[in-house]
Amino acid sequence: MKHVRALNRKAQRIEEYAAAMEGDVFALQSRGGGGQGNPQRRPHYPVGCSIVFSPGWEVDSAGGTAGLCQPAERDLYDCYITCFWPAQVPDHLNNYPDWTAKCASATKDWRNIDLVFP
Amino acid sequence: MPYTAGDTHAFEAAGQQFLYLVPSGGIVDLNPVASAVLNRVKSNPASREDLLAALPFEAPDIHEAIDELASFRAILDNGEKVEDPPQDVPDKFPLQTMVLNLTNQCNLSCGYCYEFGEDKVATPDGKPKFMSWDTAKMSVDHLFTESAGRRAIHMTFFGGETLMNFPLLKQVVEYANEKAKAEGRYIDYSLTTNATLLTPAIIEFLAENHIGVTVSMDGPKEMNDQLRVFANGKGSYDIIAPKVRSLLDKHKTRPIAARVTLTAQVTDVLKIFKHLKHDMGFHEVGFAPVTTSPNRLYAIENNSMDRVLDQFKTLAYEYRDAAVRGEHHGFSNVSDTLMELHQGINKSHPCGAGLGLVGVGPSGDIAPCHRFVDSDTHALGHISTGIDKAKQQDFLQRGHINAKYDCHSCWARPLCAGGCHHEAFVRYGDTGHPNLHYCDWIRGWTGLCLEIYGEIATRNPQFLNTFDRRKTV
Repeated sequence: MKHVRALNRKAQRIEEYAAAMEGDVFALQSRGGGGQGNPQRRPHYPVGCSIVFSPGWEVDSAGGTAGLCQPAERDLYDCYITCFWPAQVPDHLNNYPDWTAKCASATKDWRNIDLVFP
Repeated sequence: MPYTAGDTHAFEAAGQQFLYLVPSGGIVDLNPVASAVLNRVKSNPASREDLLAALPFEAPDIHEAIDELASFRAILDNGEKVEDPPQDVPDKFPLQTMVLNLTNQCNLSCGYCYEFGEDKVATPDGKPKFMSWDTAKMSVDHLFTESAGRRAIHMTFFGGETLMNFPLLKQVVEYANEKAKAEGRYIDYSLTTNATLLTPAIIEFLAENHIGVTVSMDGPKEMNDQLRVFANGKGSYDIIAPKVRSLLDKHKTRPIAARVTLTAQVTDVLKIFKHLKHDMGFHEVGFAPVTTSPNRLYAIENNSMDRVLDQFKTLAYEYRDAAVRGEHHGFSNVSDTLMELHQGINKSHPCGAGLGLVGVGPSGDIAPCHRFVDSDTHALGHISTGIDKAKQQDFLQRGHINAKYDCHSCWARPLCAGGCHHEAFVRYGDTGHPNLHYCDWIRGWTGLCLEIYGEIATRNPQFLNTFDRRKTV
């Protein structure tokens, strides 16, 4: 805070509490600043795969599927490694670091990505 | 909607404005904008628009200052009420500390003693004078069982004169250490003594076992010997001085403190502190005015109490200057209060008596604290059968801050909570009565310590890290 500074432990706890009460909960977003009466309210920036524009998955420039920038098969496992969100794919951090090891090229090798049995 | 002033106590230190928040116990400092907003609201309820129009600051700054003050409840939105919700006394509260009165016998006959003097609450007739091993063992077991969930627990040995039953003390320490080891827990010890019976062997045992020692001593010979005397009237100073020196010389594993009782005859705080801290070498020196009915010869009269507070002030400023330089001073009344202020303690009860702390008398009676030991009226149960929950609830409900009407408009209530249960009983015949005779004194003292806190927070804030951890009894 700028005008009232918390000095002892209790005041620091009140400050933390007040900050936690401010605004709303924003999942998957980078939080902007500003409380009530703050003229410089900044926007919240969403993060996560839903807003990432990854062109050329569904259609190519001609409206077909022959010239996609990324092969349609890549969709099978795009949440693996590229995203932190716990989607329905094996986790790459602890248990299945080699899940896609046999899949060098998505279009050719996608059948090597097998089921896992935890 | 106009803003109104919340419950706060404003103070100044090091040229800076501070606020003590009541009842939360928070301490904040204010810049000129926040200060102006608060002062304006205090003089008259004012809306956001009023404040924007009246104060000579930029609008965004005023907006921010209002929001920040409001978030600390230093100012309140119109109609907003700060809830000071009555907290029920918990059904189950694990013990932290047990005070074991090893004996009710004493080899001194101090004129002001609350245990034997005219204001005594103890009714020791027909009860054992020395605690037996069976009672002590049951007490240790009780402490361990009733403190379930706490890793660290504490036991204090008390009397009478504690060291008149040193063999039992030794046995208890050995037994409790083993028990703690077996349960993977930590227990530490302290004791209060008049130092008359200290021997090299006892000192060695205390040092080896890290037992904290508080020596009751009232200063240099001419003051100590006024009331701290043997039964024949002979002063105790000459006997204890060499023993205390040897204790301070050999026992280095815990800080050793002196505890001074101030009476009508003994009020020269500065001289006493100088002697005990510098001539004797105590780590800390703490003072407390004698607990007594007002008509006793040793009771301190009001104007003498003002003189005591003046001297406390001088010593407290010495403490402040030492703290700003980052040095230890040793006036424990200040460090105890600063610790509570730093934590922002807000008490439902003046102390842990009957809640996290109990006293056990030589007969095995459980009392709210050592001061009520051996008193039939105040017993909360017996160590063989445990605490009588109904009696405990009654004691705690009467001592609760919500039961003390007079305290509700006082800004010092988060720390004081009405003051000592025992003092209240001696003065007013009710443990739950607020100690109205020392309200001005408490506010004066708390105000002084706040000022010192502000000064240290501004000039040497690192010093306050010493108080990050709560000191146990």
